[in-house]
Order: sequence, then structure tokens, then C-alpha cells
Amino acid sequence: MGNHNHSHNFTEQYEFSGKPKTWSLIAILVGILAIAFGLLTDHAERTFANLLLMAYYFTCVCAAGAFFLAVQFVAQAGWSAGLLRIPQAFARILPIASIILIVVCAAGLLTHNLYHHWHADGLTDPNHPEYDALIAGKSGYLNVPFFLTRLVFFLASYSIFALMLSRFSSNEDMEGGLNSYKKSIKWSAIFLIVFGFTTPIWSFDVIMSLEAHWFSTMFGWYNFAAMWVSGLCTITLTVILLKKSGYMTWINENHLHDLGKFIFAFSIFWTYVWFAQFLLIWYANMPEETVYFYKRFEPEYLPWFWVNIVVNFVAPILILMTRDSKRQMNTLMFVCIMLLVGHWLDYYMMIMPGTVAEHRGFGIIEIGIAIGFAGLFTFLMLKSLSKRSLVAINHPFLNESVHHHI
Amino acid sequence: MSSHHESILREPLVTGANITYAKVTEDILVPVENKPNRAWWIGFTIAALGALLWVVSVSYTFWFGIGTWGLNKTVGWAWDITGFVWWVGIGHAGTLISAVLLLFRQNWRNSINRSAEAMTIFAVICAATYIVAHMGRPWMAYWALPLPNQFGSLWVNFNSPLVWDVFAISTYFSVSLVFWYTGLLPDIATIRDRATGFRRRIYSILSFGWNGSVKTWQRFEVVSLILAGVSTPLVLSVHTIVSMDFATSVIPGWHTTIFPPYFVAGAIFSGFAMVQTLLLIARKVLGFENYITMFHIESMNKIIILTGSIVGVAYLTELFIAWYSGAEYEQYAFLNRVSGPYWWAYWAMMTCNVISPQLFWFKKIRTSVAASWILSIVVNIGMWFERFVIIVTSLHRDYLPSSWVMFYPSVIDVCVFIGSIGVFFTLFLLFLRVLPAIAMAEVKLLLKSSSDQSKQRLIREDSVPKEYAEFYKESLTKYDSVSEEKEYAKI
Repeated sequence: MGNHNHSHNFTEQYEFSGKPKTWSLIAILVGILAIAFGLLTDHAERTFANLLLMAYYFTCVCAAGAFFLAVQFVAQAGWSAGLLRIPQAFARILPIASIILIVVCAAGLLTHNLYHHWHADGLTDPNHPEYDALIAGKSGYLNVPFFLTRLVFFLASYSIFALMLSRFSSNEDMEGGLNSYKKSIKWSAIFLIVFGFTTPIWSFDVIMSLEAHWFSTMFGWYNFAAMWVSGLCTITLTVILLKKSGYMTWINENHLHDLGKFIFAFSIFWTYVWFAQFLLIWYANMPEETVYFYKRFEPEYLPWFWVNIVVNFVAPILILMTRDSKRQMNTLMFVCIMLLVGHWLDYYMMIMPGTVAEHRGFGIIEIGIAIGFAGLFTFLMLKSLSKRSLVAINHPFLNESVHHHI
Repeated sequence: MSSHHESILREPLVTGANITYAKVTEDILVPVENKPNRAWWIGFTIAALGALLWVVSVSYTFWFGIGTWGLNKTVGWAWDITGFVWWVGIGHAGTLISAVLLLFRQNWRNSINRSAEAMTIFAVICAATYIVAHMGRPWMAYWALPLPNQFGSLWVNFNSPLVWDVFAISTYFSVSLVFWYTGLLPDIATIRDRATGFRRRIYSILSFGWNGSVKTWQRFEVVSLILAGVSTPLVLSVHTIVSMDFATSVIPGWHTTIFPPYFVAGAIFSGFAMVQTLLLIARKVLGFENYITMFHIESMNKIIILTGSIVGVAYLTELFIAWYSGAEYEQYAFLNRVSGPYWWAYWAMMTCNVISPQLFWFKKIRTSVAASWILSIVVNIGMWFERFVIIVTSLHRDYLPSSWVMFYPSVIDVCVFIGSIGVFFTLFLLFLRVLPAIAMAEVKLLLKSSSDQSKQRLIREDSVPKEYAEFYKESLTKYDSVSEEKEYAKI
């Protein structure tokens, strides 16, 4: 079996300069201005809600990159070997994303702009007029020190695993052989266990506790589904944009097809989880559960409630149904952008009704902060990507990936 | 499929030297074309006695009514529905293997899909017998269908998940049957071509005139993909709806939003365990070691550990949210589950489903045939307990403490359950005799790219890196049940 890899330049490196650099820096500046605008115009709570949304989104996408890597190793996937450097770039900036999320949560708690359903004066004091027996019952779990400890512990452990997986790949570039590959499989499996058992708690803490009276066992997997879809879309979008700039010639429509299948399948999975949660709460009609959807059925939110389903389910399922659409770069790029916007809306629907409620908005603060974080992600990720070659040259399945055909 | 560039690191899907297309046919058709041996007769006799027990106990139930079961006023649904959900769950692996793994292009499915699909169909039949049996008046079974009132029935309640069940399970059964049968066509044609006389006529009819032309094969491929696409959502829907039988209620312990995906994961978990239970024996007795290799066993064990852990996350989530909810009835339901009079059932479930499958993290254990088989039985037991725990512990202490009771199964309950296992094994053992237990045509596809001999050739030709070749040899000699000498001695 000869080596047919001559036509590809496997040592190529991404050069981070020019337009991507300028525009991502401008976007970061826009974000900073939007935060300043929000805080100075007396919209502190709304600003914090948006900061939480984007910091969480940012962390989720980076964590999904690490998760993608781990899944590929544990499943011994061959097709994806040629594009692993992209999720690795996500994984490498997970520590920064984690720190931002922790800072936002801590600052929100400190300034009482976030989590005031469980973190406010007198909620747990029986003699206080604001006493809330339900919240007092949960205070052993929902209290500031324990909350922040958990958050730091989870994000630190994900970050360590993410950096480890990336390090193995760098070592592999230099040493070759199977040593890094074997280690990657082992540590990926351990990471998946830690990640699988803790992500539900992570989302219960950061998102579900915004409405601390409400509970849903599905919420963890619902957030996982949103994280995974948005992570897959960001990976795919990055691949496509790099290809459009002339990089990664070894990635062809077969790889895009597989990424497209993943996006298609997990959009349906997201809907499945969303719908199961909704149907069961609607059907049983118990007040302690329906309160969640009651808020989202207020006229302020109802149209967006339905738009969420259309953008994140109806549109991708219809567009990506055929084989051809998954193999066409522009169609797939459109779907990725649409789903990334769609999952912003998804997070918006999770966060806003429980925080700013009827004072929600869609203006400079929302758009500006979203642009700022998108810029920050782009800047950090591309910078990290530019540090190594665009392919893990010694990955044992690289040959399979280059000749992937479906 | 990147078959021509398959990495040497991947373990072979067919072991043994001198495996040719003809040899695959010869090996796999041994049980179909020869008289059964003693082992089969012993197994069949025991299974048939079990099936007889089922006929007797179900007839007894029909004659005397549901009162012969151990149900009481508080626990009005127990052993019967536990058995039903257990069987339906087992009936998930086959279609998952044939459909989802086909969509994922997982070639290792090719040698296990046939038996797994057959098992699925028999498990769904066993589940269906529970539905009919616990109707009390089975001759009214058609009332579950939305037939016009002229038939003397009442219009069904479309709001009831039990009606959704009727549609979901019957659709799933039909599609699984079609999928299984479509896959069988080329293999039935092979049997037909080798048979003579009356046997030939029967297999000729069953093969639907398969002629093996290019056009036939093309249609076969297209139909397989379409059926895979159709049955993937069906696999997920069945246990989703079964879970809704419970979760749409307002009973603490039943109503929780995580139920649908948690039930689906549990179903796949139990289904794979049952595939292991059956195939580990079949592979040995029928001499299929070259086709169902250690890699297949290990891969299935990996799916068992994955789904077992997903179920574990769900158990812990339920327990945590029950406390977190602050709803006292919810909290009590779970406290009662963990430490009430049925504590042993809860901990049996936890141990069998979550804790013991973690042993599969050790490569030594997941590549041991004996350990895999024992753990597969443990999982089967654990998944039975899971349903028992969910159903009975949620019911037996209701809102009125004066009506709190325990549930004790009657002899008939136990006999129906044991009998249903007999029915299942009778059907499976008959299947092994009349149809090929491994998809011959699909295994033949793998010979050129994924068999041990093709990999050995690559090593001999020196076209793979030395270190990779070492890795390949090591993975075979260290863990595979077929050692090199024994394997080559066989031929």
C-alpha cells in the first residue's frame, strides 16, 4: 500500500494575521464597550445575565472541543484524525474560558446581580420576612462557598484533561510512535467519566439555579445536548472557513458529510430532550414544575419560545436531510451559523425569564456582548491554532482519515 | 467506507487462516444443514418445557382471571408490567446494532446483527404476550386499536401513553421484522442454492426470488440504508413511550423528566447484555469463534459500560433532584426506595447495573469470555430489578398510610415469567436451526479488508510500520481467545 499523501502539505501552519486578527480585536472592543454601556446605563442585572450567557456559551463550546477529542479517541475513530487540531485549539483555551465564567459567576453573586433567587438577604432565616422555606431546604447545597468550589473544581478538572489531550498530540508530533495514542485513549476514557457524571451538576448550578425553586432531572442532559450541538457547529464552521482560506486540503466533502451527520443527529437529540422535558411537565401539570414554562409563555417570551424550536430543529432537519446538503460547504456553513445563533437563543430562553424577566431586551447589550465573546473566542482559538501544524502528522489513523470515503 | 486503507491497528473482524468465501458459507451453515447435536436437544427440551409452563400458566390466568396474580389494591401493577418492560428493553439491541451501527459504518456489527435482530424480535414477542395476558380478556385485544364504534368498542383515548405504546411497539416490531428479513434474503438464497428437494422449495419461496444480480444488490443496499434511517428514531421512540407510561403520571418516583432518555439507555444496556448472554454460548457451541471474535465481545462490553454509566448518571440525578426539589412526597419516595422495606431491590439494581459493569474498565475482564458472560447475566438481573424498583416501590406506599402494603408475587406470576423465558429460548433455538445465525453475505464483505489474513499479508509485505505491526500482533496474542497455534491448528 503506497503512500498517497504527496499532494497535501501536512506541515502547513495557520498564520494568524490580517483580517481575522483585526476583526476579532474589533469585536472584543465592541464587547467591552457594550459591557461598559450596560453597567453605566443602569442595566447591571441585564448586563450580568448576558455576561453569564456568553461566558457559559464560550466555556461550553471549548468543553465540547475537549469532549469531541475524547470521544474520537475512545471510539478509535479514524475519519476525524485529520481535523483534530481544531477541537484541540478549543480545548487549549478552555482554561481561559473557565476563568471568565468563574469570574462572572463570582462577581454576579458578590454584586447580587445573579442567582438572587437563592442568594439574597434573609432567605434562609426563619425570622426574616423574606424567609423562603424551600430555598432554606436547599441551602446546604446552594450556598456561595460550595457553589464556587464546585464550579472551580469541575472547570479545573475539565481544563486539566483538555490540556493533557492536547499535550499528548504535541508530543506525538515530535516523537511519533504509539505511546501518545495509547495514553490519549486511557485519559480520554477517564475524562469522559468525570465529564459525564459532573456536567449535569454544572448546568444545575450555573443555569438551573437561576430559578432555584424549579427543578428538572432532564436539565443536565438538555444542556449537554445544547453544548454538543453548538460545539459541533463551531468545529465545522472553523473547518469550513479554514478550507475557504486555502488551508487543510486533506479535508474533503466526506469529512464534512460526517460532521453534517453529527449536527443533524444531535439537533434531533436536542429536540428529543427538549420535547421530553416539555411534554412531561405539560402533561403532569404540577404547579412546581409548570412555573418554568408559565414564564416562558408570557407574551414577552412566547414568540421566541417557538422560534427556538424552528431554528434549532425544524430548519436543520429539513435542510440537512439530504446527502448532498451535508456535502456542500456553503449549505453546511449556513446551518452552522444558524444553529450557533439558535443556541444563543436557546441559552437566552434558559437565562432571561429567571433573571431579568419582563425587563428583557435585545439591543446594544445583547448584541455587543455576543459579538465581544465571539471575537474573544475567535482570537484565542486562532492564536492557539497557529502555534502548531494544522494536522497531527503522526496520528496513527491519519492515513484512514485522508482516504476517508463514504 | 475507508476499507482499502484500514489501519493495521484495528483488530481483525474475522480471524483464522485460509478463510475463503466458501469457507464462510460452510462454517456458518453447519447448524442449518446438519442434524442437531445433543447440546441443542438438551437446551431445546428445557426451553420447550419452559414454554409449556408459559402456556399452562397463561391459560390458567385467562380461565380464572387476573386475580390469580399477586396484585392488590395498592399495588395494582407490578410483576406483569415489570416483565413487559424488561422484555421490551431487551428488544432494543438488535435494531440498534443493525440500524445505528450501520449508519455509523461500524463494520463489527456485520457478524452479530443477525442473531441480535432475531433476539429483538423474540423479545418483543415475549413483551407482547404480557400485554395480551394482562388484558384479562384477551379476546378484546382489538379494543386497544382505534376501530370505529360499530365493532362494539369504545374509541381509544389518544391522550393515554398506553395507546401510544400500541402504535410504537407494533410499528417497531413490523419494521424490525422487515429489516431482519431483508437482511436474510441473500443468505436464504445461499441455502436454497445448496439445498435439494423439499427444503429447496421452501427456501426458494422464502428467498423471494433473489438472484444475486448487481441490480438486486444495489436495491438491497438502498433498502438497508432506508430501513436503518427509519428504524433509528423507532428504537428511540419505543422505550421513550414506555417510560411515558410512568412519567406522564403524577406519582412520585414515576414522574420525572429524565425518564425517556434514561429508559432508552437502560434498554440498550439490557439488550446488549442479552446479546452477550446468547452469543457467547452460541459462538462456542456452534464454533463461530473466527467470526464473533474477542473484538466483538470487547466492543459490546464497551457499549455495556457506556450505557450502564449513563443509567448510573440518571439514578444519581433522580436521587439528587428528589432531595433538591424540596417536594416532600418526592423526597419520601426516594428515601423509601433506598432505605425502605425494598432497600434490597434498590441496592440489587445499583450493584448490578452501575457498580459491577465498571469491572469492564479492566481489559482483562472485558476480554474474558467467562467474566463477560457472568456480568451479562448480572446486568439482566439488575435491569429486571430496575423496573421492579421503579414500579413497585413507587406504588406500595401511597398517600394513605393505612393502605401501605407489600407486593408478593403468586406462583402464577413467577410461572408466567419463567415461561416467557422458555418461549424466548425456544424461538431462539429454532432460529439457529433454520436460518444462518451470522449474516454470511455481510461477513464476506469484510474478508478483503478486515480479516486477520489480510492484515497478516500486509505485515508480510512489510507495508506497515514495524511498531504498528507489533501493536497488532500483541493485541491479538495477549487478549484474543483464539491463540495463534490453536487457530492455525484448526485448519
